[in-house]
Amino acid sequence: MNPLAIIGNVVITALGETGRLSLFTWRAVTHILRPPLYWRLIGQQMMRIGYFSLPVVALTAFFTGGVLALQIYYGSDQFNSESIVATIVALGITRELGPVLGGLMVAGRAAAAIAAELGTMRVTEQIDALSTLSTNPFKYLVVPRVIAAVITLPALVFIGDVIGIFGGFVVGTQTLDFNAGVYIKTTVDFLELDDITSGLIKSAIFGFIIAMMGCYQGFHSRGGAQGVGRATTNAVVSSSILILAANYVMTSLFFSS
Amino acid sequence: MNISVPAKDIKIELKNVHKRFGKKIVLHDLSLTIPKGKSLVVIGGSGSGKSVMLKSILGIIRPEKGSIKVDGKDVTKLSTSEREKTLRKFGMLFQNAALFDSLPVWENVAFGLIQGRNMKRKDAKEIALEKLGQVGLTTEIGDLYPAELSGGMQKRVGLARAIATDPEIIFFDEPTTGLDPIMADVINDLIVNSVQKLGATALSITHDMASARKIADYIAMIYKGEIIWAGTRDEVDNSGNEYVDQFIHGRADGPIKMDVLKP
Repeated sequence: MNPLAIIGNVVITALGETGRLSLFTWRAVTHILRPPLYWRLIGQQMMRIGYFSLPVVALTAFFTGGVLALQIYYGSDQFNSESIVATIVALGITRELGPVLGGLMVAGRAAAAIAAELGTMRVTEQIDALSTLSTNPFKYLVVPRVIAAVITLPALVFIGDVIGIFGGFVVGTQTLDFNAGVYIKTTVDFLELDDITSGLIKSAIFGFIIAMMGCYQGFHSRGGAQGVGRATTNAVVSSSILILAANYVMTSLFFSS
Repeated sequence: MNISVPAKDIKIELKNVHKRFGKKIVLHDLSLTIPKGKSLVVIGGSGSGKSVMLKSILGIIRPEKGSIKVDGKDVTKLSTSEREKTLRKFGMLFQNAALFDSLPVWENVAFGLIQGRNMKRKDAKEIALEKLGQVGLTTEIGDLYPAELSGGMQKRVGLARAIATDPEIIFFDEPTTGLDPIMADVINDLIVNSVQKLGATALSITHDMASARKIADYIAMIYKGEIIWAGTRDEVDNSGNEYVDQFIHGRADGPIKMDVLKP
């Protein structure tokens, strides 16, 4: 095959996909703004996406806080490390690691589950059946998931922040023999409200990305079991990459000045 | 080739509809008239464009050219909200029933009433159980989930869901596919009864001739995305069309060539 044709093909496919995804996102946003909303379904999705992700996010945060404390301790001047460990654990968790790792864990759980569920509904014609029962599939399937993810992700990440800092505290006081009072005081002194809110804003965006990619891939899955499998993989991979990219963009916006 | 009825008796009218997916032409200048209160069965082989035709009428697929009028309104030109209003006239039985597997059977049947018409759940359940009775299912079935039912039962639940909102138009997508001959005939009887009871206009697509003969007032044949013959049920045996003859007698030899390698 002509190499130019291959390049052209790749570019056209990429542009086409970007266009479809943009249109899909636009439709989702306009449907969120237009009543009615299915409150029952939103609640159900908040349970599935948020509540059931809590153990995963909590464990991730705890061990991340702990390992952060250890590495900072080993990497720094060990005579003077008490205040440095506490500060960097608190900032690292709230600003970056809490939202990003929390987002990635939920992407693995929720984006995959959404894509698999909607993908199966697509290939078994259940999504078409919704239309014939005068129910808008966008309103019924996409909107509740997007709203639920945007609300629950910041809540999850906030809990993750607390647990992550606690993880650092446990390792600091138990393994590294820091004074508990000094550790807590340093954390509280150095941590500012902006550190936490920036992380929560990020996580709301990540929630949007997770639900959108799960729904998009599920809605566009084709061809039976294999198609649903592909949609699930694509949802996790694309939402993970988008989370990391969006995180970089938001960090450079929030912390540039 | 088309069914000729006075304009006031036309329920759905497709005119010169074209649809392609990439390079593959699926509907090619398809025209078809569906008379009000009658049952039309479209026969045709696999991949002849039957399902795409149904989904175009429902607005799930948008054709590139041509018009599709339901009660005189062109559904290809409607806005989303107007389309949703038009869709209220329709009920549809899907090929594999397409029941919502996350909901119990009664809620599947009541879905169009609860979501589409904002009926109270309690009232909708009553109607759902009544419709389940109409298709020969007991009220205990209502609390089961679709995955717990056999194929024939799922089809009957699908039928109950399609008629639950008393639609003016009902579509049947291969209603007997995948069922044993006896269950297929049970479904055929249920279709005939429920369509008559509602006085609805019915459009079915199938390749099962026994089913077509039983449920049709009119029969049309689709081949390569085009309606090549249409007439009453009794005319189908003397159509004088060799494509139709080959299809209804199920012969491998004839003008319709299958894409299979000869041994």
